[in-house]
Amino acid sequence: MSEINENNVAFKSKETIDGNLATINFGPTHPATHGIFQNILKVDGEKIVSSEQTVGYIHRAFEKLAERRPFNQITPLTDRLNYCSSPINNMGWHMTVEKLIQAEIPKRAQYMRVIIMELARIADHLICNSVIGVDTGALTSFFYPFSEREKIYEMYEEICGARLTTNIGRIGGFERDFSPVFHEKLKSFLKTFPKAFEEFNSMLERNRIFMDRTKGAGPISAERALNYSFVGPNLRAAGVDYDVRVMQPYSSYEDFDFIIPVGVNGDTYDRFMVRQEEIRQSIRIIEQAYKNLPEGSYKADIPEFYLPPKEEVYNNMEALIYHFKIVMGETDVPVGEVYHSVEGGNGELGYYLISDGGRSPYRLQFRRPCFIYYQAYPEMITGMTLSDAVLTLSSMNVIAGELDA
Amino acid sequence: MEMLNNESILNRIQENYGTEIVASEENFGILTIELKAEKLHEIISWLKRDEVLDCSFLTLLGGVQYPDDKGREFAVVYHLHSWRNNYRLRLKVFVPTENPSVKSIVDIYNGANWMERETYDFFGIIFEGHPDLRRILNMDSMDYFPMRKEYVLEDATREDKDDRFFGR
Repeated sequence: MSEINENNVAFKSKETIDGNLATINFGPTHPATHGIFQNILKVDGEKIVSSEQTVGYIHRAFEKLAERRPFNQITPLTDRLNYCSSPINNMGWHMTVEKLIQAEIPKRAQYMRVIIMELARIADHLICNSVIGVDTGALTSFFYPFSEREKIYEMYEEICGARLTTNIGRIGGFERDFSPVFHEKLKSFLKTFPKAFEEFNSMLERNRIFMDRTKGAGPISAERALNYSFVGPNLRAAGVDYDVRVMQPYSSYEDFDFIIPVGVNGDTYDRFMVRQEEIRQSIRIIEQAYKNLPEGSYKADIPEFYLPPKEEVYNNMEALIYHFKIVMGETDVPVGEVYHSVEGGNGELGYYLISDGGRSPYRLQFRRPCFIYYQAYPEMITGMTLSDAVLTLSSMNVIAGELDA
Repeated sequence: MEMLNNESILNRIQENYGTEIVASEENFGILTIELKAEKLHEIISWLKRDEVLDCSFLTLLGGVQYPDDKGREFAVVYHLHSWRNNYRLRLKVFVPTENPSVKSIVDIYNGANWMERETYDFFGIIFEGHPDLRRILNMDSMDYFPMRKEYVLEDATREDKDDRFFGR
C-alpha cells in the first residue's frame, strides 16, 4: 500500500515514519492469555513484527519430584499437567506403569477408562472452544457449555470424589465399579448433551462475525506444523490425520468406530471446527463403549501393585501382607525403559519412564504437547494483528500447567 | 512396501552407519540404538530423509544422568516416530561430564528447539549450533542444573526418607 501512496503518511507503516516499533507486554498475567505466559510483542501499528516468549512461570519441577515418589504418588502430579483433562493424564500414567509391570487389564476396566477419557476430552475441547468465543467477543458461548462441563465434573466426582485434579483410577484399573448414580448421570448426559452441544455449536459455527474473525487467524501449514512436532487438534486442523488412538491403539480403542476430523488451513477456524467434530466423535465412542460395556472386573489381578480393600486388610492375612508390601515399597519392579503415549486433549501426551527396579522412577520425562507446539507461536502470529494473537493463543489451547510442568 | 520390523530397521541402519552403532536392544517394543555422539546429527538427518525408514517426526528429546558411569555420565535420548511405517525409534548418545555437548538438531526438526533448551536448563548439556541456548523453565540467574542427581530432592538431614523406602 505504501508503494501506491508514496507521499501519504496515513498509509505508511510506523517504522518508515519514525523508525520506532512499539513494545507491548502481552502477559504474564493478562485476562486474554488464560494462563501465565509472557509475550513481548513488537508491533508496527497493530501488526505484530516479532514476539519473544517467556515461559516457566508455574514450573513445579514435576520430573524431579517424580524421582522421589512411588509410582502411585505420581498420579497427582500428572493431574496438574493439562488440568482441563486430568483423567486422560492420570490414565496415561497408569497405562505406562502397567506396561512396565506387564499387567493385563480386564476389558471392562479398559472400556470404563475409555468412557472417562472421552468425557475428559469433551470437557477439554468445550473449554477451549468456548474460550475462542470469548476472545472473539461472544461471552454467551462461554456460559452455555459450562453447565454441560459441570455435568462431566459431577461424573468425575461420582467416581473419584474430585472434580478438577481428579487423581482418578489406579494402577490396574479403578478403585470401585461405576456407581448406580454414575450410570444415571451418564445416561442422562448422553441423552441431553448432543442437543445442548448443537445449540452451542449453532452460536458460532456459521456465525458471520465469528467466521470473519477466525478464518485466516494464526494459520500454520502442515509441513511447518510437522516440523514443529505439532500433535492433536492443532496438527489435524492443518490437515494431518495423526491420532494416537488410531496409530497405536491403547485401552481397546481399536474396538470403536470413529473418524478423525481434519482441517485444511490450520487456522483458528479450522482448529475450532476440528475440536467441535471431535466432541461429536467422543460422544459416539462413549455410546459404543457404554452400550458394549463388558461384564467382568473393574481392576486387574495384580495384588503386588493394587491395594487390597481396607476391610480385608484387617481380616485377611494375604491382604495384610500385600498392603504392607505396597505401602513399604517392597515389591519388585522390572528394570527397563517404557514409552507410552495417549491422545490427550492437546495431542500425543507421552511418558518416558526409566526404571532401575526402584519403587520410584529413575527418570521420568513427560512429553507435554503444549510445551512443544507453543514454540511455533511467534511464527504463527507474525504479520497478524494483536487481536489475532489473542485468538491464536486461545485456539492452540496452551495450558500453563502442561507447558511448564 | 514390505512391513518394517525392528530387525529390518536395525539392519538398514547397520548397512549405512554400522560403525556408528555402539549397542542396540529392544525395550518394550521400541528399538533402542546407542550411537557415537559425533555422527548423531548426520544419522538423524539421514533417518528423516531416508525413503525406507522415513522418521518424519521427533516425538521427544531429553536427558538422563548416570553419575556412576564414568566417561558417559549424560545420555541424550531421542524418540523418533515414522508415521508412514508406524514405528518408534529411540536413539541414545552418551557424553561425559567434562564435555557434555552434542550437536543440535534444530536445523532438522524445529520442534527440537525448546526441548534442547529444556535439556540444557535441567542437565547442563550443551547443544552445539543451537540458535538460542538459554534457560527456559528456570530463571536465568540460576547457577546450577537442577535435574542432576547430585541435587537431592529431600533435605539431606532428614532420616525418615532413605533409599530403602524406594526399593534401592
